[in-house]
Amino acid sequence: MNRRLLPLTVTMLLFVVMAGYGGLRYDGFLSPQVFLNLLIDNAFLCVAAVGMTFVILSGGIDLSVGAVIALSTMLTAALLQAGCNAYVAMALVLASGAAFGAAQGFLIQRFGLAPFIVTLAGMFLARGCSYLISTESMPITDSTYTVIAQARIPLGPDASLTVGALIALAAVLAGMRVAHSTKFGRAVYAIGGDESAARLLGLPVGATRVGVYLLSGISAALAGIVMTFYMLSGYSLHAVGLELDAIAAVVIGGTLLAGGTGYVAGTLFGVLILGIIQTLIAFDGTLSSWWTKIVVGVLLLLFCLLQRLFETRSRKAA
Amino acid sequence: MSTAAIVLQARDISRAFPGVQALAGAGLTLRAGEVHALMGQNGAGKSTLIKVLTGVYAPDAGSIELLGQPIAPKSPLHAQQLGISAVHQESHLLPNLSVAENICAGRYPRLPWTRGGGIDWRATHKRAKDLLAGLGLDIDVDQLAGGLPAALQQLAAVARAVAGDARVLILDEPTSSLDAGEVRALFELIRRLRDQGVAILFVTHFLDQVYEICDRITVLRNGRLVGEYACAKLDAHGLVGAMVGRELAGATQPATQTPTGDAAPAVLSASNLSRRGQLKPLDFTIRAGETLGLAGLLGSGRTELARLLFALDARDSGDIEIDGKKAQLAQPADALRLGLGFCPEDRKHSGIVADLSVRENIALALQARMGLRKFLTLAQQRELAEKLVAALGIKTPGIEAPIGQLSGGNQQKAIIARWLATHPRVLILDEPTRGIDVAAKQELMNEIRELASGGTAVLFISSEIEEVVRVSDRILVLRDRAKAGELPRGADEDAVYSLIASA
Amino acid sequence: MKRLTRHAAFWPLATLVLLVLLNAVFNPAFLTLTWRDGHLYGPLVDILNRAAPLMVVALGMTLVIAVRGLDISVGAVVAIAAVVAALLTGGAFSAGGEVSSEYPLWVALGTALLAAAACGLWNGLLVVKAGMQPIVATLILMVAGRGIAQLLTGGQIITVYYPPFFAIGSGFFLGLPIALWIAAGLWAVLYLVLSRTALGLFIRAIGGNPEAARVAGVRAAPITLCVYTFCGLAAGIAGLIISSNVKSADANNAGQLLELDAILAVTLGGTALGGGRFSLGGSIIGALIIQTLTTTIYSLGFPPEVNLVVKALLVFAVMLLQSAEFRALFTRRASAHAGARE
Repeated sequence: MNRRLLPLTVTMLLFVVMAGYGGLRYDGFLSPQVFLNLLIDNAFLCVAAVGMTFVILSGGIDLSVGAVIALSTMLTAALLQAGCNAYVAMALVLASGAAFGAAQGFLIQRFGLAPFIVTLAGMFLARGCSYLISTESMPITDSTYTVIAQARIPLGPDASLTVGALIALAAVLAGMRVAHSTKFGRAVYAIGGDESAARLLGLPVGATRVGVYLLSGISAALAGIVMTFYMLSGYSLHAVGLELDAIAAVVIGGTLLAGGTGYVAGTLFGVLILGIIQTLIAFDGTLSSWWTKIVVGVLLLLFCLLQRLFETRSRKAA
Repeated sequence: MSTAAIVLQARDISRAFPGVQALAGAGLTLRAGEVHALMGQNGAGKSTLIKVLTGVYAPDAGSIELLGQPIAPKSPLHAQQLGISAVHQESHLLPNLSVAENICAGRYPRLPWTRGGGIDWRATHKRAKDLLAGLGLDIDVDQLAGGLPAALQQLAAVARAVAGDARVLILDEPTSSLDAGEVRALFELIRRLRDQGVAILFVTHFLDQVYEICDRITVLRNGRLVGEYACAKLDAHGLVGAMVGRELAGATQPATQTPTGDAAPAVLSASNLSRRGQLKPLDFTIRAGETLGLAGLLGSGRTELARLLFALDARDSGDIEIDGKKAQLAQPADALRLGLGFCPEDRKHSGIVADLSVRENIALALQARMGLRKFLTLAQQRELAEKLVAALGIKTPGIEAPIGQLSGGNQQKAIIARWLATHPRVLILDEPTRGIDVAAKQELMNEIRELASGGTAVLFISSEIEEVVRVSDRILVLRDRAKAGELPRGADEDAVYSLIASA
Repeated sequence: MKRLTRHAAFWPLATLVLLVLLNAVFNPAFLTLTWRDGHLYGPLVDILNRAAPLMVVALGMTLVIAVRGLDISVGAVVAIAAVVAALLTGGAFSAGGEVSSEYPLWVALGTALLAAAACGLWNGLLVVKAGMQPIVATLILMVAGRGIAQLLTGGQIITVYYPPFFAIGSGFFLGLPIALWIAAGLWAVLYLVLSRTALGLFIRAIGGNPEAARVAGVRAAPITLCVYTFCGLAAGIAGLIISSNVKSADANNAGQLLELDAILAVTLGGTALGGGRFSLGGSIIGALIIQTLTTTIYSLGFPPEVNLVVKALLVFAVMLLQSAEFRALFTRRASAHAGARE
């Protein structure tokens, strides 16, 4: 039981070490709001990464996430400008995300197409569609949205959370529950572990695979909604490259890229680590923010190499 | 035992695929509380029959009855629900999930709505633990299945198969990668299940194991039912005879003489060569100009030995020497460089590159040995290809035709041509005559004889024992992944079969 | 006629011709060529010029895909090469209005190309030695590479003032753009190397059937390393062309989405994503198709954003056509397969 939790423990330790380093190095680093901001500023990444976790657990990959987020923000802005009710708009956006994801999942499952290229083309398509809606940024002025965007849930004297951050936490909890306690979640792990064995065991491989991409589509759409709270605008250039950050968060969170092993809770910590890297760099003040990309790349490399080592060693033992 | 209730009765099962009649009048009778072996050589139809019983294929004709009721399984899941479970060689457990979860996958106990409605993990754990305990298995159900040694995974897979109240348990080559101790543990489990009344179908190549654990044997040959026998009434001789279709007492056919002086130096030798689960330690020698035949039943380890010699698989133990010097054979490219050649049994998977032309396929190994710096010009490749196409009688629209267009037999000839082009010192031919017509077979035999007289050592592997006997200077007989013995030139087929059949 | 249609490059070429004709219908001036300022001038020349970097990257990507690999870091490598070259060239105005280069041009260009090749080698090592999946291995450089490029420039866009540098992207030789000569030259060199040495045969064998190639004694590791290194080098060359063209190096935007275009060009050109048979000429045509498509969309009056949607639909179409399951829908064997599956 313990060995299984090792990657997650490593990730959490890494987070604690980084937090500790920040606390030692910079004044005011260890204030509660700094940590809450990690979640607030990366809420949309967190939501998207939860969906991405399921995709990667099943052995696939979804490169369209960032584009779907952008499209969701554009759709929201367009719907609101056309006079649509805020909650109806949200429902429609979620439905469109689900449909988009399910369509990708269907192509992958039914025709045996490689996930990376289907979702790559999906990325093109989604971004293209959002450009077609508008190339300019569309501001969101709907009163419901502005209320939600400005709302703060107090957690203490100087600490508060946004609605977006709450949604992110809810998404993580829901993801954990689905992954651990539902037949669908366990089937996702099974497919990622050994697809042909899963099939022989009678598990619904096809339906699960489509479901995984559908879930990713909904997560991306929900992340888009969270982003509209954060940015109060719809813009085609939102979330460029976000899928890479989501993948990095999932991998750093301890999920094997080959699939089958990992925890949704790990992804939360992966997101927090990405956030804390950025915060450390901001606090430093002298380092340019490009260092974030380099550090993320190095972390990704280390975790991937460790995963490879883990795989080859377990293969030799068995 | 023969008065026990019949659990499964399959009669007159036929099934055809494009180009091949896999089953024609095959049948099977399984009784409760017995272990029943299903045996047959290549192409006998064993795996097709299993797939029919487990619902992967629907039979073209014939009937299946379970406990007297006619059934028609539509899928493995359906077959499981009917009570027919199978543990295949490839259906390992899910390595990343716990043993408990593997056993309950898809059928988890659920918590009531009042407590969330999710999977009841405690009940899952208990159910798995109880099941394993009931079978006398001491396995930690919380451990990840992938962390278990292969043998324990096998046992857990069997437990999972019977977890759903299976009446029939089909074990497809379960002992292929197990050592003696692990086989014993598996057999203990099988006996326990048998005593509980399960009808067990045991598919294997290993003659020893058949006699150790089975009560009855069904033999298939060429898709047909040859017969059903009680183990006590059919000895190994008779069993081998039934499988290959001949009475094992016949006239001898002396091989044609080709002098190879025993004083000729060993060009390739291996001592203590082994690989876990594939080949037990054995010694091997082949001399220049010698044609060494490798004979044995399906699954006896012939291809495994060839792959180890050519460094396609990594050996667990043993040294290989070429011309008396130890050779560092780590990959096929090394073997090629040292003058070895290997024509594989599965030409589609390991032989041809379907998109490349006949010319390119033929020139590939020679070019690989020459490396990147020296190049076979187009003219040289054409000359080489045309010469070999003519010599071996390869029927092709032209040397530029993609090799995938050729018939199987001609593809085979092209692969042989590839290796002939490298003028190897040792040429390993694994089932080179499979799928080739009679005239071409004779040509090939002549070619082998010519090679040998030119000093090439040839390791000739074939399921057709009469071929092996005809062309070999010496015959190495394998059985159950180990050396059964050696026969000199002049031995006949019966001698080979006797060697295989004798314990 | 049937022989002609069976040729690998037929359909891509036909598509390209169709696009060109479509353009000519809507824009009569499309096919005109004039001689101006000592070189050829016209919309067709523009397309050739703008497609040059993509052609170069596509050549590298073709070989990687042929060995069943993938390189999604080419965009980042373009940025790195552009930045290195721009930094080393720079160009400062001296008192007399003369612009000089910090380092000799060939040093700047050489270093940039060396850096690019090193990136490719890095990818290759991760794939071959560490055994990573290609998409994962190249993902790392894709993420970190841009960061490195931005680090080198300090977030600034580096402007180059040194005239000889501009020649690569904007110069002309014998009336045709130099960039085109570079692309054509690379194609020619590649073609010679692949057909006059065993390399082409080995690549097709490794990609076509890796196990059979292994049995035949082909060493896949060194060849795969070479292929990835070359892909990096090609991205570097493209980076030089691009930055020379805009007379600057933008670490953030240079080569953005280039990897996607390159993969699309290769698949449009007929090379299968599964590996094995490949077509350099097809990839060149594929790159031209993409560039012509951009021009067509513009001249048809559509907003340029339509580009992305059209590219996406193209990728879907090509993928489906390459999918056995999809083609089976249209053959009678579909029902038999469905029975045997599961």
